[in-house]
Amino acid sequence: MTDVKNLEDIFQAKIDAEQKIEPKDWMPDAYRKNLIRQISQHAHSEVVGMLPEGNWITRAPSLKRKAILLAKVQDEAGHGLYLYSAVETMGVSREQTIDDLLSGKAKYSSIFNYPTLTWADIGAIGWLVDGAAIMNQVMLCRTSYGPYARAMVRICKEESFHQRQGYEIMAVLAKGTPGQKEMAQDALNRWWWPSLMMFGPTDANSPHSAQSMKWKIKRQSNDELRQIFIDRTVQQAEVIGLTIPDPDLKWNEETKHYDWGTIDWTEFNNVVAGNGPCNKERLAARNKAHNEGAWVREAAVAYAAKKAKRKAA
Amino acid sequence: MSDNPNNWPLWEIFIQSKRGLEHKHVGSLHAADPQMAIENARDVYTRRQEGNSIWVVASQHVHASRPEDAESFYDPADDKAYRHPTFYTMPEGAKYI
Ligand SMILES: [Fe+2]
Ligand SMILES: [Fe+2]
Repeated sequence: MTDVKNLEDIFQAKIDAEQKIEPKDWMPDAYRKNLIRQISQHAHSEVVGMLPEGNWITRAPSLKRKAILLAKVQDEAGHGLYLYSAVETMGVSREQTIDDLLSGKAKYSSIFNYPTLTWADIGAIGWLVDGAAIMNQVMLCRTSYGPYARAMVRICKEESFHQRQGYEIMAVLAKGTPGQKEMAQDALNRWWWPSLMMFGPTDANSPHSAQSMKWKIKRQSNDELRQIFIDRTVQQAEVIGLTIPDPDLKWNEETKHYDWGTIDWTEFNNVVAGNGPCNKERLAARNKAHNEGAWVREAAVAYAAKKAKRKAA
Repeated sequence: MSDNPNNWPLWEIFIQSKRGLEHKHVGSLHAADPQMAIENARDVYTRRQEGNSIWVVASQHVHASRPEDAESFYDPADDKAYRHPTFYTMPEGAKYI
């Protein structure tokens, strides 16, 4: 007899044996729900993430930087698409998923609720925000749900220039005039802590993490990934002569990691709750784009119908 | 496709060689319905355990780009070297980037 308990054992055995779960496989309801939430949030983050950077496309300092920024933002749109498709394999319609973003029901990464005040912010985003996202995404290339893992492999390949172009912007500014260097430092000061928040709550405060690890949706904890990110980024900041805005930052010879200060979780919770500097602006921009694009969607369907009719005639 | 209703339609076959990998196109075959296409695909394409999962798609539902248009169709990507990580100069000594 295959009761649910038995099915769950078979499911967990597959996961333990490092086999991927595919859309038509039996899976526990909670696994499906968990993934729908995680993948759709991830998709929304890619899409909303275009807004802060899009803010600088028309004002990039050179044609070269403009072309690069356009290419990056274009990639993020693609990433949103791969992930929305992965959500669809779990039996949720595309429309429903997007409606949940537009109505404010679904969440996206809080980092995109901060404003991009100067050109250096574009450097800081590529270096830190894409850098932090990459850490998470490299781990997710080995996540247990097949369509999600395959989307991640593609995304990671495309991400590889995002972080480098951002770091290059920062390196150039840091070597520039005192004013340019100050601008780079200011951007680092503002983006550092929100970037660390991207890894999510501390392990002690992350109640769903254990289940996600057991299901191998995640394979490294929030704190582990955050620590690796800090260790790597501190070195990169040193190389270009910028200072990480954390007075408690200190190399620990024993642990072979940096010790560092504490995240302001009140700020984090506030932004998640919708009270960050740009939450309302971001959601309004998405809704505006969606509504103003309605005629394009309608026209495309009408044109396809007309072509089909002409072909049949 | 022929108009003769007794002629079986053509199906495109996609095989997933190992759990977790994508389904890849391997070829096509004729069959009367999807189930038969799957069984025939098993016999044609997985005799040496090449497969773990099979997708069949009616060939008439595959629409393709035109090879003769390839040059102009893909040339927008030709001058965008900045989409590749090697385009960027990293400062000396920077690691993990
Ligand atoms: Fe992305
Ligand atoms: Fe990116």
